Amino acid sequence: MSDPRLAIIPGRFDEVKRIIAVSSGKGGVGKSMVAVALALSLRDHGHKVGLLDLDFTSPSTHVILGVEGLYPDEEKGIKPPVTHGLSYMSIVHYSTDEPVPLRGADASNAIIELLAITRWGELDHLIIDMPPGIGDATLDMIRLIPRIEFLVVTTPSRLAYESVRKLLVLLNDQGIPTIGVVENMVMEHTGYIEMETEKTGSRYLGAIDYDASVEAAIGNPEGLKKTRFYGRIEELGKKL
Amino acid sequence: MHEWALAEGVVKTADKFAEDQGIDEVTEVKIMIGELQQVEHDIIEFALDQLRTHRMKGAKFVIEAVPARFRCRKCAHEWQLDTGKLDDVTGEAIHFIPEMAHVYLKCPGCGSPDFEVTEGRGVWLASIKGRKKE
Repeated sequence: MSDPRLAIIPGRFDEVKRIIAVSSGKGGVGKSMVAVALALSLRDHGHKVGLLDLDFTSPSTHVILGVEGLYPDEEKGIKPPVTHGLSYMSIVHYSTDEPVPLRGADASNAIIELLAITRWGELDHLIIDMPPGIGDATLDMIRLIPRIEFLVVTTPSRLAYESVRKLLVLLNDQGIPTIGVVENMVMEHTGYIEMETEKTGSRYLGAIDYDASVEAAIGNPEGLKKTRFYGRIEELGKKL
Repeated sequence: MHEWALAEGVVKTADKFAEDQGIDEVTEVKIMIGELQQVEHDIIEFALDQLRTHRMKGAKFVIEAVPARFRCRKCAHEWQLDTGKLDDVTGEAIHFIPEMAHVYLKCPGCGSPDFEVTEGRGVWLASIKGRKKE
């Protein structure tokens, strides 16, 4: 008989207006940084925002936000703790700073469990920091989350884009809305990613120049807001 | 998983199943609960009672506990867990997300976190009994 958790997941998002998965075929392209900056900038523009870190084996949004020791409240499920004005869920609320060695099926089960118990309440935007690739988390999101949209991050590297292209093809093939592709950490403007993105029928949202000051702002959201990177993400937020 | 979330999932799934099968009156719902998550049976029974749908108004909820058993993928050692002996932090994390077992527990044979929960993970509906209209 069917899994009782699956019956309640869609209803958990009833009061969430937009659900945006910040995703990439490849790791190391800056997804988590984009996800956090986007969440903070939407909050600064008066929106009610949630942030969900689904990268269970390598969570990093808590490091970018500089938070630790948060714990959800129990109330007919769990309510995400609020930090920096964001309703924030991450596996680190339960795993603290310990390694989370999960095989695919276990990672999938953990995602389903977290989606089933979390009561987001009313939000304008839920930003999801996805793990890289087109494995369990991506397939689970496509399967379980109603109205999900993908914001895809790449670097200018052909190696990164080759994996990103496969993600775009998968999303297009499955009829999942893609907001567009962000080209991150750009050191030289070649036009390659824009041209290739358009070939897939997806929208190229723009380039974000490599900004060395971002590293120093890790753990300090107020510092992050002063970077050129954040300014570009704010502009991106207006295009959503 | 939290008891209320669990009860909500059980009621929605059982009601949908009954509807699909043309069952107008559910008389019994049997639920298997893995012990790994340390679900409080009193709370879930209360939540099920509060959430029951019209179709389930006379239904009896039968809850059966399934012991948590593990098998190590590295050394093939098998063991059963006494969840009562877990410390508060571990017990609480596993209660909400059972996969946290891989964070806090290790194979007693070789110390590996790479083990399989062979029994007693999660919650599932074992059976539904009911009546169809004549």
